[in-house]
Amino acid sequence: MSGGVTLPPYAASLGIVFAYTQNGLPVIACDPAEHILGRPGFWHGGVIGGLLEAAALAAAASVPGGEGKMLRAANLTIQFTRGGGMERVFAAGSIERAGRRLLNLRAEAWQQDRSRPIATATMNVLLLDR
Amino acid sequence: MTAPDSPPFLQMQTPFAQVDLAQLMRGLGHSGWLDMRFHARGTDWIELAMPWNDAIMGSAADATCAAGPIIGLLDNAAGIAAWQRRGLIAPQVTVDLRIDHLRSATPGRTIIARGECHAIAGALAYVRGFAHDGAPDDPVAHLAGSFMLLDGAAA
Repeated sequence: MSGGVTLPPYAASLGIVFAYTQNGLPVIACDPAEHILGRPGFWHGGVIGGLLEAAALAAAASVPGGEGKMLRAANLTIQFTRGGGMERVFAAGSIERAGRRLLNLRAEAWQQDRSRPIATATMNVLLLDR
Repeated sequence: MTAPDSPPFLQMQTPFAQVDLAQLMRGLGHSGWLDMRFHARGTDWIELAMPWNDAIMGSAADATCAAGPIIGLLDNAAGIAAWQRRGLIAPQVTVDLRIDHLRSATPGRTIIARGECHAIAGALAYVRGFAHDGAPDDPVAHLAGSFMLLDGAAA
């Protein structure tokens, strides 16, 4: 996958792609289409959730020494802060803390302005030995 | 408030009792793409079903694979449960959702999501639910969340 980002099948099916790198972390993006719609003219919350999860996991994959570990999503908490209109959505994750058994991750989704996200998330991921 | 592009069964202010639940999400945006459909209901809960789709969800039994579609299914179940509690279709938006991923969904199995709206306080509807793939006592995910009722306080 371009940018070295591996996306889960669902994310790829949605049309989520690698967009660019910022602060050393991948930024992914998704373009509006019929299959992302919730109420008319807006993104479905489940798509935004999937985008945030994919972004968080992409950040998790960048943690040094993670190659020997499997990632297992434990939970995801999403805040929907602004309605997302029919334009591209970007998402990126960051690592709040990388422990031995657990990663505390954050992610945000935005459109025109990263400082005004349409949704934010925290996510905990378990690190399991392969 | 009406949404001009809504199919007839999603017109705002429609009494819930008049909604054709079997048609609720058919062919409609993300829900239609994942073939979500009405499954069952009780007095204070609603269940939706989502058939497994290899092309979308992947065939590997991996917690990160099917998690995404389950979020959308639970969001829908919870939102419809809020309409059910209020007794009508009314404009609302998801404020927050927390999903606990308890285990991977089993590839090939239809996922059932139950949603309940357990409280309404002013303009906020509080929801909870869970998703399973055949055994309700061995769930795949739990949900808690809230919706903002855009038309103000509870009817």
